[in-house]
Amino acid sequence: MATFRIVIMLKPGVLDAAGQAIERGLAALGYDAAGVRAGKVIEVTVPEAMRSKVDEMCSRFLANPLIETWRIEEVVAA
Amino acid sequence: MTWGVITFPGSNCDRDCIHVLHEVLGERVEDVWHEARSLDGLDAVILPGGFAYGDYLRAGAVAATAPVIGAVRAFADAGRPVLGICNGFQILTETRLLAGTLLRNTTRRFRCRPVWVRVESTSTPFTAGMPRGTVLQMPIAHGEGGFYAPPDDLAALEQSGRVVFRYCDARGRVNPAVNPNGSVASIAGVANARGNVVALMPHPERASEALLGSADGRRLFESAIAWLQGRLQTGAPTILEAAR
Repeated sequence: MATFRIVIMLKPGVLDAAGQAIERGLAALGYDAAGVRAGKVIEVTVPEAMRSKVDEMCSRFLANPLIETWRIEEVVAA
Repeated sequence: MTWGVITFPGSNCDRDCIHVLHEVLGERVEDVWHEARSLDGLDAVILPGGFAYGDYLRAGAVAATAPVIGAVRAFADAGRPVLGICNGFQILTETRLLAGTLLRNTTRRFRCRPVWVRVESTSTPFTAGMPRGTVLQMPIAHGEGGFYAPPDDLAALEQSGRVVFRYCDARGRVNPAVNPNGSVASIAGVANARGNVVALMPHPERASEALLGSADGRRLFESAIAWLQGRLQTGAPTILEAAR
């Protein structure tokens, strides 16, 4: 088995309403951030034979290529 | 005519659609479960509003993997009318039967209120029965309704006349102040290249009886019924001028 952590972010230029709301919340607490982007993290564990399919899983389903980018990191057990 | 209204786990406007089609318009309607693999015998299909599969991952994303979607694809490929309303719009973009996608509202709020839309294309079964420029009042109720398409896709949509509805004021004027969710080019609804698959964020089924404040939404269903009966034709999509 192999576990992958997939980090999905909205593309630059696509309005990130959640990021904006978070930035406002931070500002309300006195933290004036210079920018906040909100994305999502998905961990997927697959059989070894499916390693090569993880990127395809992202482009077909886990991310929307029109508006999102993704980064795949293998999670190595400690 | 026989309509199918697809119910996904989490759909919540399916009964409203069935009510309008059956009780108000006297049509035959079948409730189609999301596990159905065939739409045989149906003349038109509606993907209703709601929060299919909880809208997990992205609105409509998981629903786009449902068993019934293969049948919807075949139904659409056969040129039959398919209407997506609100969550149904989100599902149809996730299946890529329609271009673009729906982003969280720029207002960051769930917006539930009446809006006006202008009919931009009459080259679809759902709009063939009204003049271009017709202004319709219908309610919206969504948190993720900001239509977005990358610039090239947007240009292709505009140039091929696939923008079907645009948010406008009560007099039909399009301007950013009456765009409720930040949709690019004030787009409230689009069609596929053939014009038979149409989707919009406003809810025509919630505006089909005068008692509810507007019966304008009924015109979409009436148009499709007339089209199915062969009383209306849809020609090639018209090339439209940019938003006035």
